[in-house]
Amino acid sequence: MQRWPVLLFLAWVCFLFFCGIGLFTSGFLLIRIELANRSSCSDPLAAPTRAGRGVVTGACWLPQRIPKAVLLIIDALTFEFARFDLAKERPRPYENKLGFLHHLSRSQPRHARLYRFRADPPTTTMQRIKGITTGSLPTFIDVGSNFATYAIEEDNLLSQLVQNGRRVVFMGDDTWDGLFPQTFFRSYFFPSFNVKDLHTVDDGILQHLYTTVDGGEWDLLIAHFLGVDHCGHKHGPDHPEMAKKLTQMNEMLRLLVAHLGNDTLLLVAGDHGMTETGDHGGDSEKEVDAALFVYSKQALFGAHPPTEPDTVPQVNLVPTLALLLGVPIPYSNIGEVMAELFSGDGNPASAALQQLSAYHVNARQVDRFLHSYSLAAQDLPAERLRQLQELFSAAEEEHDQLLARVREVELVAPELEARRGRAVARFQRYLREARAVCMESWARFHPLRMVAGCALIAATCLLCCVASGLAAALDFPYRSRLLYPLLWGLAGAALLGLGHLLAGARLDLLLALSSAAAASQLGFFWHFWSRQPLQAHLASAQPLAASAGSRPSCRAWQRLLLPMGILLLRCCAMFSDSFVVAEARVAPFLLASLALLLLGRLHWHGQLAAPDTPKQPPGSASCQESWRLLGLLGALLACLRLSSLFHQCREEIPHCQPSPLLGPLASLQSTQAKNLFYLLCVASLAGLVCAVRRWLRHYGNLNSPSPLVLFVRWAFPLLAVWVACYWAVASGAEDVLGKLQELVQVALVGFPRAVYGLAALGLLLALWNPVTVFVKDSRESGGPIVASYPGAPSSQAGLPPVIPQLYRRMQESLKRRLETGHRRATVMAYGLGSAYSAPLVIVLSLLGLLLLLLHSERLSLAFLLLFLEAFVLLRIHAHVVSLAGDAEPFAVPWYAVISWVFAATQFFYATGHQPTFPAIHWNAAFVGFQQGHSTHLLPALLVGANTFASHILFAGSRLPSAPALALCL
Amino acid sequence: MKDTEIKRLLFAHYICVFSIILTTVIPPLFLENFSVLGTHLTWLCICSVCVTAVNTVLYIILKPNPSSKRISFTHKVTKFLKCCVFFFISCILFHGIIVLYGAPLIESVLETFLFAVLLSTFTTLHCLCILGPNIQAWIRVLSKNGALSIWDNSLQITTMCSIVGAWIGAFPIPLDWDRPWQIWPISCSLGATFGYVAGLIIAPLWIYWNRKQLTYKSR
Repeated sequence: MQRWPVLLFLAWVCFLFFCGIGLFTSGFLLIRIELANRSSCSDPLAAPTRAGRGVVTGACWLPQRIPKAVLLIIDALTFEFARFDLAKERPRPYENKLGFLHHLSRSQPRHARLYRFRADPPTTTMQRIKGITTGSLPTFIDVGSNFATYAIEEDNLLSQLVQNGRRVVFMGDDTWDGLFPQTFFRSYFFPSFNVKDLHTVDDGILQHLYTTVDGGEWDLLIAHFLGVDHCGHKHGPDHPEMAKKLTQMNEMLRLLVAHLGNDTLLLVAGDHGMTETGDHGGDSEKEVDAALFVYSKQALFGAHPPTEPDTVPQVNLVPTLALLLGVPIPYSNIGEVMAELFSGDGNPASAALQQLSAYHVNARQVDRFLHSYSLAAQDLPAERLRQLQELFSAAEEEHDQLLARVREVELVAPELEARRGRAVARFQRYLREARAVCMESWARFHPLRMVAGCALIAATCLLCCVASGLAAALDFPYRSRLLYPLLWGLAGAALLGLGHLLAGARLDLLLALSSAAAASQLGFFWHFWSRQPLQAHLASAQPLAASAGSRPSCRAWQRLLLPMGILLLRCCAMFSDSFVVAEARVAPFLLASLALLLLGRLHWHGQLAAPDTPKQPPGSASCQESWRLLGLLGALLACLRLSSLFHQCREEIPHCQPSPLLGPLASLQSTQAKNLFYLLCVASLAGLVCAVRRWLRHYGNLNSPSPLVLFVRWAFPLLAVWVACYWAVASGAEDVLGKLQELVQVALVGFPRAVYGLAALGLLLALWNPVTVFVKDSRESGGPIVASYPGAPSSQAGLPPVIPQLYRRMQESLKRRLETGHRRATVMAYGLGSAYSAPLVIVLSLLGLLLLLLHSERLSLAFLLLFLEAFVLLRIHAHVVSLAGDAEPFAVPWYAVISWVFAATQFFYATGHQPTFPAIHWNAAFVGFQQGHSTHLLPALLVGANTFASHILFAGSRLPSAPALALCL
Repeated sequence: MKDTEIKRLLFAHYICVFSIILTTVIPPLFLENFSVLGTHLTWLCICSVCVTAVNTVLYIILKPNPSSKRISFTHKVTKFLKCCVFFFISCILFHGIIVLYGAPLIESVLETFLFAVLLSTFTTLHCLCILGPNIQAWIRVLSKNGALSIWDNSLQITTMCSIVGAWIGAFPIPLDWDRPWQIWPISCSLGATFGYVAGLIIAPLWIYWNRKQLTYKSR
């Protein structure tokens, strides 16, 4: 088998997978960069407009108009809930329940108004809270400086208020606690995770709301009610419970308004809507259609409300509220001020000018943000940004001219009105366009891309399946399997590029790559199916089966059915949210089922012990074999169960306690427990190293004088001792070693780095000369036989397997010696049987030690379990193969591959990981680098190695079946 | 002869099914607040006891594997005691396997154990009735070519169906539907019961359809 085509083929398959995943994520995972900049009162944004007028106290950017505000967020308050239609004859349970809002807007039209409040997708509560406070469009992944917490680090309304000395009081949903830690002047949090609990949060708020309002120690009061949302999740909107809940909200509003002072602004908002089943999260019409209600005891609006309520994007709340309260607009805001709210006091001319200045400040702030953002990230299209820039300068010019005219001469009212209208329209247009540009890149899913990505991945899986059948045959037809598909791919990419060039559009790299991938895949399948009809292919892949007719091939399919069925189950589980959350339990369950099924099937076919056949006594080899198999199965099940001791929690599960074994030893209080656990960890470490050495010695791989063997003999214990020392130093109490503090610091850095260095040396040695076979003959040293091997393999032979080659050389040498008359010449080879597996075991245990160092101490027990389980799985496989009497010793059956994959997934969870950002072990980045890093590459590498430790170990050990190891052997 | 045997089998199985249905219908007449989901443990006990009783009685009446030798009374007693021990061991084994499959170790031990008893009733008890306390025979019968009579075939089918039912019953547990039957071990025991009932119904039919292919070696 040639090296490079095979390696290239693997790289190509990798590329196909990456393209598929990239295409999918570009459509699904919306990503946005968070800027750390903050607005402040001293920013020169609004200075020119205020010049000349008397500076108002408490003014900042614009004079403060409202001293106090109450923001009531009723989770999932859709517009349908808030609207009131007397004409309805038989209102549904959720209709016409908020009668008080209707009453207010009818009786005091200049004080109260209802809006449609358009939420931006994703319509999940956390993202919406972020949107309502930062004025931006949060995505699923907001790339900020800190992944470990959910705290909002972008500039936001609350931090602006706090920065300017206002008091913010909060009550309700405790999500806000995570988002704004240490921000509130006073806070009353209530747990939000139990979706079935309709009343805890609401009753908690009601207990404190009126007394707090009356107390007056606040400038902004936020209350977040969850009952309506939870009621939607539990019962759906069309349910009597919803009627009760909304009626309760109505009563709450009535009482609250009675308690409000004259100078207070009341805002009642829904953070998102809900579908007819009471769910939310997507971008359907019902989910984004929330309600906003504004009320004050002073007159707010100049004109009467329109018959059909206006639509206001959710982000518009932020600049409006900021300017009304007299604080700067948060830096990343892309909302537009709600102009009607700036026209309260009678005189239309001054009201108009105030609206204009609000727009002006708002536009300048958005312009500043877009400028900073385009410097930090490239995901906003440059073309559109340039257009926006032009729009902005035109509007700015119009505004400056207008101001100059106002200052110079008193304009007559109609002309002023007309020019003002034009300026406002320009600003409005600019702000809306800017928001549209941001929306397009941050808040829009691309279903087509998602589907295409999924299709690409599925096709690649099929390709792998087909290719694995081909690889069984030793001659790999790389020309038709690799070269032509690659050419196809290049042609596809070139065509697409040409098309783009002709159309004059900018070339999207991802799209080009994906089209290349798709084209090359098409090429592969076309060559595969056109050149060889299916039957002929089957015959080449399974020569034995085909020769015996169609029945055995049918049986081969049956044999595939079981493991593939279980794999399919797992794939289907990925589509269910609950199963994704429970994956840590699903993977071991399926693995146990697979193993048990395997044994059950062996028994069913009578290949296990057959005690009723009288020829075999009960203590025969077969019977022993089956008992041993049962024992192995028991060990496997025990490993599976024990590994669940090291579970980490997802935040979706309310009452979950993470395993106490995950914390570092340094966090333990009791010295006794610490010592005990330390001893246990060291014992497991020693056990691991000893087991590997014993295994190697048992198979005779520790005899050769090659550097790798020497490394195993001497460096392995040394590595273990260093790791143990590092643990000891790291888990010791800070103050005990008072004088030796500096020494401790050196040790903390020194030990891990020494381990890294030595392990790297070992890996290099293994790559350079992985053969641990020791050949010895009675007369001369066995050196030349083995040492001649690792050089360049003879070109005409390609790369034949190692064992036959060694064997041939031994045979030759023996023959030569017999010919020369040495009668008693013998040749001995140690470790020939494990020539392949020994280097692999060495490399894996080295990697294991390395990865162990990156985890907290007590996870070494989990690693011990991992190696044990891998060993047990391999033993079971070996027994099953020998019992089933399969003809092909080198063919790897599917059940083995699938159980291996399940084990990898299981130990991803069993080493204390979860696929969520807060569960990543960030500490791993600082093992051996106490002072932090100057670059991003190294910590990313360390954290990545920590997170994917299980996959690295399990996938690394799959390599023998993959031809990649052929390169180093 | 075969047809009469199949009829007897059908009759026995339908009595079993009927008895399981009765365990859900009769107890509410005597016990207050009884429901299969609400007081699940009670139902588990009742169902196990009932199935045990029905199976034993049927075994005594029908004698599926009549032995030619006359058996002394002491032999019968030792056999009975052996059966009890076997049953108990199988309960413990099932309990262990269920825990290894991911059931909680310390919490709800009683639930897990009663579930293990139910599973033993559906599988081990059947084996004990038909084959007696003879492990070798069990191992033989539960393999592909091991069945020596239609009773053995029906044993294979019902045992497998019960186990597969219990296995499938574990799947709804992680779902967030918040239904009362998702609580451990209700879905699994219901799955096992449905599997058992399905096996009881399928077995005679399957044997009837395949009666031409089924040829049994003489013992």
